[in-house]
Amino acid sequence: MGALFVNRSCPMQITLNGQPHTLAQALSVAELLTQLALTGKRVAVELNQEIVPRSAHATTLLADGDQVEVVHAIGGG
Amino acid sequence: MPLVAANTGDCMTSASLTTPPDAPLIIAGRSFESRLLVGTGKYKDMAETQAAIEASGAQIVTVAVRRTNIGQNPDEPNLLDVISPEKYTILPNTAGCYNAEEAVRTCRLARELLDGHDLVKLEVLADQKTLFPNVVETLKAAEVLIKDGFKVMVYTSDDPIIARQLADMGCVAVMPLAGLIGSGLGICNPYNLRIILEEAQVPVLVDAGVGTASDATIAMELGCAAVLMNTAIAHAQQPVLMAQAMKHAIIAGRQAYLAGRMPRKLYAQASSPLDGLIR
Repeated sequence: MGALFVNRSCPMQITLNGQPHTLAQALSVAELLTQLALTGKRVAVELNQEIVPRSAHATTLLADGDQVEVVHAIGGG
Repeated sequence: MPLVAANTGDCMTSASLTTPPDAPLIIAGRSFESRLLVGTGKYKDMAETQAAIEASGAQIVTVAVRRTNIGQNPDEPNLLDVISPEKYTILPNTAGCYNAEEAVRTCRLARELLDGHDLVKLEVLADQKTLFPNVVETLKAAEVLIKDGFKVMVYTSDDPIIARQLADMGCVAVMPLAGLIGSGLGICNPYNLRIILEEAQVPVLVDAGVGTASDATIAMELGCAAVLMNTAIAHAQQPVLMAQAMKHAIIAGRQAYLAGRMPRKLYAQASSPLDGLIR
């Protein structure tokens, strides 16, 4: 899980959907989704292989080195 | 020019009087009128997906769970806006998973994505060439998922023993392949399916292998509770028309199963009476 208390001004490096991703400052999951223009979209978020429930997006802060997955539904059989 | 019987109305009335109503398909306590389940993969675009799903009359629709494109196409339509969870029962699959761990992780993401919806299609694949199920990993994943509260509809081989084990452990539906995924080869081993069906304790659905309408009918005539298909519709020359054909094929096969077919005979038996022949 992301650390609850972090210095929000430091740039940090996370892995987002398998790709390195730099954050100018510490963000919550909800803020990350806003940056990605995914607010209100039907997505699910996993942080370090644990589900982050939608209700916890605003209160879950990301930390340096976090692995974040954002998924959605696509066509499939 | 369409062929229309003059007394269509009368025929409909007498047919509805003599046709006993079919019981609905019940999966995990939920009841469905349609016995056709469809996938949403391999369509040309979202509009075609939507039109084909609509034409099929399916109520249960499978989707895959994948990484969101980051910053590539923010305005790209979302499948769940087109195939709405309010209208359809969405069945997220674990396609592309090759071990139990990946499959369980995918199901948990799907449950979050669909606001706690717990019905999933578990498929754990063995290799890319055959997309045959890895039954060892499938059994492992099913156990974890069932403990975690999921309602598991499970894609499996047509091995009757594995099908029985999956039902015994609590899967809500067992879905043996009729042929390899995307092969369109039809019902390759009807005898195994018959054994699975004979001792089925949960709904048995054919999942994968159907190529055209007659394949779906055969599956239903064998006594399958329903059929799940994707490529047979999506890769038809005219997907929307094939979706309609499949809808009718499923109904025809189901009715033929309920009606009970005539026995097969080696020799002819005249349909017209021999009495009163003009000699």
